[in-house]
Amino acid sequence: MTTHSNASTSSASQPQPAAGAETSTDDKIQVATIWLDGCSGCHMSFLDMDERLVDLVQKIDIVYSPFVDTKTLPEQVDVGIIEGSISNEEDLHKAKRFRKHCKLLISLGDCAVNGNIPAMRNPFKLESVYERAYLENVNVHQQIPSVGVPALLKTVLPVHAVVTIDVFVPGCPPNADAIHAVLSELIAGRTPQPLSHTRFGA
Amino acid sequence: MPIIATQPSVRVVTLRIDGHDLSAREDETIIEVCRENKIPIPSLCWMDGLSVVGACRLCMVEVAGQNRLLAACATRVAEGMEVTTTSEKLQRYRRTLVELLFAERNHICSVCVSNGHCELQWLATTCGVDHVRMPYRNHGYAVDSTHEMFRVDHNRCVLCTRCVRVCDEIEGAHTWDIMGRGSDCQVITDLARPWGASDTCTSCGKCVQVCPTGALVKQGTSVGEMVKDQHFLPILARRRSAR
Repeated sequence: MTTHSNASTSSASQPQPAAGAETSTDDKIQVATIWLDGCSGCHMSFLDMDERLVDLVQKIDIVYSPFVDTKTLPEQVDVGIIEGSISNEEDLHKAKRFRKHCKLLISLGDCAVNGNIPAMRNPFKLESVYERAYLENVNVHQQIPSVGVPALLKTVLPVHAVVTIDVFVPGCPPNADAIHAVLSELIAGRTPQPLSHTRFGA
Repeated sequence: MPIIATQPSVRVVTLRIDGHDLSAREDETIIEVCRENKIPIPSLCWMDGLSVVGACRLCMVEVAGQNRLLAACATRVAEGMEVTTTSEKLQRYRRTLVELLFAERNHICSVCVSNGHCELQWLATTCGVDHVRMPYRNHGYAVDSTHEMFRVDHNRCVLCTRCVRVCDEIEGAHTWDIMGRGSDCQVITDLARPWGASDTCTSCGKCVQVCPTGALVKQGTSVGEMVKDQHFLPILARRRSAR
């Protein structure tokens, strides 16, 4: 597993991307986060680190995330954090893009780790899922959307089913202490042990 | 006048578990000795007070001189036995077993009534299951809510058969049984009739209390509310064997 000390040193030699680069310095660890099929609770839990975030931003730079305005993922990021499961074509595409551009990838939360609530549709056929959501329970303007929305995958998958994941942080959501512990260990160049702070359904 | 209990003539043996010299009665199993001496071995189907089935294989241990792993719940101690309860190989097997249980049916902890009080969830944490490496089966099973007090959700069942045994051996009702093979295998009440229509069920709730997961629960419980109490079992089991 890539430890953080060498991850951050090697990032200094990487070409800095245009977007987000003006705020980052070479010695800071670049972190990108993304929200796939989840409720954003894991991102909320990240914010629950409260005043510890002030210390954290001395060491990390959030270069791409629902938290920041940057719209493009830099070419090379040290740590990628994925919330949510792989439920449609767009999720699949985004997860692969994160794997390509992030040196270390974290599955954050039960949806990313095991599919969780989104995966509860899996025992049903996809057609019946569409019918239930867009026809059966709708009175006006019933239609199955097909334009401008990504197609749903036949089954919802955990992120590690489509790309290699380095660190798994289960929890629904993982509490702020668990996220803080994992990030602190990575910053210190150690391998985090998330199960000593969180569990499935925590 | 004091009642003098007749002492059964049981010999005592000495053995080594994880390097500790221990003595035990010769009619004890490895897991019983480990539990008495606070040596942790994961287990799921085994329960103090119920008969032994050796089904879950989580309590497998290494015994010197044996070229296969033995289930600690189904192996009696012997003089000079050398037991190893933790090794890299055992941990690898245990983790895989727990992962297979998660992959087999629907065990979504976050919306389960037993969240936070579940033995499977606890096993995942202790066996290092931070994700499941095999694909999920995604097969849906039925939920039977016909009983006025209890509910069975087969999606959460791990087929440990504790309910079957406690109902037969302790309550004496034998409402529960096992039906089907492979992935069709499930616990049934009264020849696969709805639980609410059962003639034999006494509604004692022992099956609910011994169930390690959220498969057997009380009606009206919400996420994380189903806390189980299993203290009655060793007491009742001892009274029964003393009869």
